[in-house]
Amino acid sequence: MTKAGTVTAAQASAPAVRLRRRRGIELALIVLAVLLSVYGYCAVGLARTGTVPPGAAGYGAGLGVLALLAHGAVRLRAPYGDPLPLPIGVLLNGLGLVLIYRLDLETPGERAAPTQLVWSTLGVGLFIIVVLLLRDHRVLQRYSYVCVVAALVLLLLPILFPAVNGARIWIRIAGFSIQPSEFAKVLLAVFFAAYLAANRNALAYTGRRLWRMQFPTGRVLGPIVTIWLLSVGVLVLERDLGTSLLYFGLFVVLLYVATGRTGWIAVGLVLATLGAVAVGHLEPHVGGRIQDWLHPFATIEAGLGPNQLSQSLFAFAAGGVLGTGLGLGHSILIGFATKSDFILATAGEELGLAGLAAIFLLYALLVERGYRAGLALREPFGRLLAVGLASILALQVFVIAGGVTGLIPLTGMAMPFLAQGGSSVVTNWAIVALLIRVSDSARRQYDGREAP
Amino acid sequence: MAGYIRRAWAFCALLLVALLVNAARVQIVQSGSYDANPANRRPTIARYHQPRGDILVGGEPVTGSTDTREQLRYERTYRDGPLYAPVTGFSSQMYGTTLLEDAEDGVLSGSDPMLTPFPLWNDVTRGPSPGGDVVTTLDKNAQRAAYQALAGRKGAVAAIEPATGRVLALVSTPSYDPAALSGNSEATASAWERLNHDPEKPMLNRAVRQTYPPGSTFKVVTAAAALDAGVVRDLDARTDSPDPYRLPGTTTRLTNEGDGCRDTSVRDAFEWSCNTVFAKLGVDVGVAGMSATAEAFGFNDNRLRIPFSVSPSTFDTHVDRAQLALSSIGQYNTRATPLQMAMVAAAVANGGRLRTPYLVERTVRQGGETLTGDGVRPDRQVMRPSTAVRLRELMTDVVREGTGANAAIRGATVGGKTGTAQHGLGNSGVPYAWFVSWAQADADLEPKVAVAVVVEDASADRGEISGGGDAAPIAKNVMRAVLGL
Repeated sequence: MTKAGTVTAAQASAPAVRLRRRRGIELALIVLAVLLSVYGYCAVGLARTGTVPPGAAGYGAGLGVLALLAHGAVRLRAPYGDPLPLPIGVLLNGLGLVLIYRLDLETPGERAAPTQLVWSTLGVGLFIIVVLLLRDHRVLQRYSYVCVVAALVLLLLPILFPAVNGARIWIRIAGFSIQPSEFAKVLLAVFFAAYLAANRNALAYTGRRLWRMQFPTGRVLGPIVTIWLLSVGVLVLERDLGTSLLYFGLFVVLLYVATGRTGWIAVGLVLATLGAVAVGHLEPHVGGRIQDWLHPFATIEAGLGPNQLSQSLFAFAAGGVLGTGLGLGHSILIGFATKSDFILATAGEELGLAGLAAIFLLYALLVERGYRAGLALREPFGRLLAVGLASILALQVFVIAGGVTGLIPLTGMAMPFLAQGGSSVVTNWAIVALLIRVSDSARRQYDGREAP
Repeated sequence: MAGYIRRAWAFCALLLVALLVNAARVQIVQSGSYDANPANRRPTIARYHQPRGDILVGGEPVTGSTDTREQLRYERTYRDGPLYAPVTGFSSQMYGTTLLEDAEDGVLSGSDPMLTPFPLWNDVTRGPSPGGDVVTTLDKNAQRAAYQALAGRKGAVAAIEPATGRVLALVSTPSYDPAALSGNSEATASAWERLNHDPEKPMLNRAVRQTYPPGSTFKVVTAAAALDAGVVRDLDARTDSPDPYRLPGTTTRLTNEGDGCRDTSVRDAFEWSCNTVFAKLGVDVGVAGMSATAEAFGFNDNRLRIPFSVSPSTFDTHVDRAQLALSSIGQYNTRATPLQMAMVAAAVANGGRLRTPYLVERTVRQGGETLTGDGVRPDRQVMRPSTAVRLRELMTDVVREGTGANAAIRGATVGGKTGTAQHGLGNSGVPYAWFVSWAQADADLEPKVAVAVVVEDASADRGEISGGGDAAPIAKNVMRAVLGL
């Protein structure tokens, strides 16, 4: 009697298991992230001029208001969302602004921090819009082909515009530079997730067996290979190796997760090696990067002075374990792209290995939360979408951080949230928004209610 | 699918570990070699990031630093640059450092470990200590008097306090303004070019880095050797010396500028600078005795630092008797810096004891706390004290009634020796005018200053050129400045 009564009551009024929403933790972490960023901003000013910079209060208030608005949107529409991605995004974005502001002091004629703040605002705006309007991530599945067409258009657009610094990846409109391939990666992730979710059984179990490998039929494999070749072809045309590598890695990871076939990874690695060797030989731009990686000090020995990579290594080395302190390093010696591709060198020099490890761990945590949401979901599209978005972050961080520290050849890419670059910041906020949306859905599954 | 997601996550975690391991490699394992790479500008930036300590003369800095707000932030400035250039040298962002700027660079730049309150302090504070100051022994008035007395002629002056070895003046003309070399601009490079190609060699420190044949001033050394060796016992006894003097083993005849040198006493020979008498005296003393005395005075010593290095003065120890005869009157391979000849005069003035000369009184931390004091400088007995007494007598006579009359100072005892050194092919060059001397004010207990002056292009006619006419008045001015007379 009692037992039945309890069940009835539970069914009637409240969920059987009351999940904690943990929004308070999120708020506390956001406040901490904003305070840390403001502290960094003040530290730069104190190190450089001996005074707290006049904009400190405004900077803190701006970042705080943005973060609180985002937090409000999450409370309103994704109350079960993961509490970690938003504070991590705020902290990384805030730290990025501090680093760019700090580098602005070295380049009086070229202020990037205000522009970056505008883009960050737009990014948080996009975050809020996504969280408010996208009630269910599964809606995206319906638009997968719209996504892929949009992605290809975005990838093709820069060909119509002049190349900037050797890469044809920019659109310049009214003084603003946009890098459309940044947006394209989210759209491609949506498409890959939707397509693989629909066709994963066919990919895994049909087709003919050749030697010890199972090859899917052309009908299943066709569209995906076509689109992949298109995007890679476009990227080679645009000479943006980093993004190309990112798309390829994303594709292989999702294919592996969807089909569970290790063979895909082997095929992927072989293809990647072949592609890298071919492009390395055909493209002097890329070949030079590989030579720089193998011999970072060759230009010094040749009497031509240090190149960017050796300057970057000098910066990291100068940081040591604890760093020189914010504002006290000389990473500006790297010259071109200090605020974008090489922003991590400033972090490495001024915050040291300790700060660098902290930053890496923040990214790792963000990626891990994405994978966790993927694991928690029940349906394949959501799983693949979460894994895809998290993998984008992981691969991008690896490619750029590995490049500037000499682990792998250098490819020009933006460190998520940290680096100067409007398209990148906006895209990364969209990724965090989607991760929160997916994690909200994942936790609602257990909430006794159906996801809306 | 969950298993595959977990493996994909493990792969991402592996990438993260690779990043961390690689960052540790760069930032810990290899950071030392990266820091030391000559193409890394960070050490240079750090070096110029703070104002350099100052070099002090008479309690006042003769150097300074100016904030350029550029990457190499602080540039060196100089007050009375040309006057003190033979002491300070330059500190240039493009061309390094010289002289005191170089020898005391650790203290001035703040990198010297002595400047830190305790070991590893700089590793904690992550910056060098503030630069310390270098207090010199220079006498401001003597330095200025020497510079003004040279009046733009090519030459040098070195002055020492005999009892201590403190360098009171070190002047070289023509000079240059080291400030022109401080920065790293186009102007700096062109100044460097100009100074290096100037035929007058303004950057040559003639007081310590140029050796000249000392000519007759070397007779002080020869006289000391002869007295110490017992070759001469009575200054007033007739010597057995012909005029002209045939150099032993040759047919070359050595003559004198004036008459009356045959068989004359050492006192008169010294007073009137008889070449024949001293050439023969040197031969009588022998190579061993002459070498020993010359080296006791500091010849053939390439280790002297004041604290920057001093070019070694030379006395050839592998000579035949004819060469020894010429060496003994300051010719042949005998060469001396003005500082060396000031040391000769100082040793005579100080009773035969030679104090090693030094230019840095002490170094002090920012705020005045002493880092290094002068301590006790090594000294050595160059000659018997009785020999020194007699040499003082001889030198005093030179000024009182001989060739050095132009150096006489009212109210002081002055001893000196003139020299007119031949040089050039077949002695064709315009001779160098020398004067070495010391002075003791009547109120003082001991000589307060020893000076050596060399004038390279004494421009009067050849016959008129003399240490007494050209160099002695300069020495007199310096001595008066030190004595305050």
